[in-house]
Amino acid sequence: MKVQHRRQVTQAARLAGAVLLTVGFLFPIYWLFMMSFKTADEIYAYPPVWWPSGLQLGNYVVLFKDGDARAVWNSLVVSSLSTLAAMFLGTICAYSLARFKTGGDHLANWIISQRMVPPIAVVFPIFLLYVWFHWVDTYFGLILLYTAFNLPYVIWMMRGYILDIPIALEQAALVDGYTRWQVLWKVVFPMCRAGLFATAVFTFVFAWNDFIFALVLTRTEVTTYTVQVTHYFGGQSNFWAKISAMSVLGTVPIFIVVGFMQRYLVRGISLGAVKG
Amino acid sequence: MTRDRQFQTTLIAPSIFVLLLIGVFPLVYLLVVSFQGITMTANDTSFHGLRNFAQLMQDTRAWESLLHTLVFTGVALPLELVLGLLMAQLFIDHLPGRPVFVALLVLPVVVSPIVSGATWSLMFDNRFGPINQVIGWLAGREVTLLWTIQPNLVYPAILVAEVWQWTPFMFLLLLAALSAVDKSQLEAAAIDGAGYWRTFFRIVLPAIWPVMAVAILIRGLDLFRLFDIVWALTKGGPGTTTETLSIFTYVKGFQQFETSYTAAVALLIIFALSVAVTLALRRVQLSR
Repeated sequence: MKVQHRRQVTQAARLAGAVLLTVGFLFPIYWLFMMSFKTADEIYAYPPVWWPSGLQLGNYVVLFKDGDARAVWNSLVVSSLSTLAAMFLGTICAYSLARFKTGGDHLANWIISQRMVPPIAVVFPIFLLYVWFHWVDTYFGLILLYTAFNLPYVIWMMRGYILDIPIALEQAALVDGYTRWQVLWKVVFPMCRAGLFATAVFTFVFAWNDFIFALVLTRTEVTTYTVQVTHYFGGQSNFWAKISAMSVLGTVPIFIVVGFMQRYLVRGISLGAVKG
Repeated sequence: MTRDRQFQTTLIAPSIFVLLLIGVFPLVYLLVVSFQGITMTANDTSFHGLRNFAQLMQDTRAWESLLHTLVFTGVALPLELVLGLLMAQLFIDHLPGRPVFVALLVLPVVVSPIVSGATWSLMFDNRFGPINQVIGWLAGREVTLLWTIQPNLVYPAILVAEVWQWTPFMFLLLLAALSAVDKSQLEAAAIDGAGYWRTFFRIVLPAIWPVMAVAILIRGLDLFRLFDIVWALTKGGPGTTTETLSIFTYVKGFQQFETSYTAAVALLIIFALSVAVTLALRRVQLSR
């Protein structure tokens, strides 16, 4: 009886700890979201207002009226198209690496090491290359860049997923007279559908959350939401209403997407090191 | 057989082309330009030998930015690791609502670093932020600490934001690793009378080490290129107090347009990191 009682107490203590921890970690996000629903008076009130008087959407209306919300659209276009491109190119490349050992371990290792290069070191020459080709501030330029930036990740992850599926099915399909491409479309892709989906989500998130490439390679036309947020940082005072509203517009889609992706989160963010 | 070979090559060709264009071309370009003398005012493409590299050796601002980067990495990485491990310990045994807690706790990881920087500048605002208000309640008087301006406060401020965002990353990976530890070994150790720490160092740590090593590698590399959070909070200021290597490179290249000099800096960063990554990859078993 005593043992059970002690167990209940520790269980309660752990639960309390978990609640406290979660509240602590979520508080900054709460503060950001709440800020975007405040009126100007509430934002610049001292002492600060912890609960807004109501969910007023004025800050969002302003973003849409001024056309600033277009930055979210730009992020969406660039992230989705680059995800599609990186997924297609990366997956077929991964298939070649996984099944034919093309290039051996050296090629695979070279590809993943590309992922580790710091953006700041390469963004400078890429910028000069883009100026030369007139790709600065174009959708194409940013899509190409995110595709390249995400390729190593896609190749690495998809190689792992493809190695997980039994090769016998592909051999059977070949015997049945499928061409190599048909095997890829009709056997391999459907077999690793979950992996494709999970990898695509992370690819999308990386592009969506990028700041430094967008900062350097855009001007006014294809500004993404992350760059747009920094436009509201002022020398004297910051435009908190716009900063918070734009940040929320950029954060909500990610939360929704990741909410559906819990199952794949661990494998995705550990570069496949944890099978999860 | 030859058809197979052709097929294999067709599959990898587009990826390799894109990676060469965006990954390798810049390297070659850096190599050329870093030996020239291009600045904003002079398009001097003559051979300057190692002049830019010599200049870098004497550039205290560059070395200070490296030092700042190492300080951020050296403080944040162990903190994130230890806090993540403690959090994972809290959640390892059955707990009601565990999946919900875990799902909520990982949210900071997926927030864009620039947005988390912005969020924390809201939090740390001297008048309108909640942090000074809470400290004020505890201190019993009005507090207006200038978190992003006072030199002795900016480091804690940036580190809090950084640790807040990435501790859940460590937590998630270590929780997965801890869940995979062989329970029968733990029971055997308990029967043999091994204490908590002994069990931890002899059984648990070796079992989770592969995952931990990958997590450290990923976070270490990310911290080494720290840019977004610092940019949103201080832009490297006040002065150059919090300037990281990435911010230094950005300022040199895109605000002062010292093209050749920036190329030299970028080249050295890539070189140093390649060596580090090659050594690390050899020790860490990424995937299979």
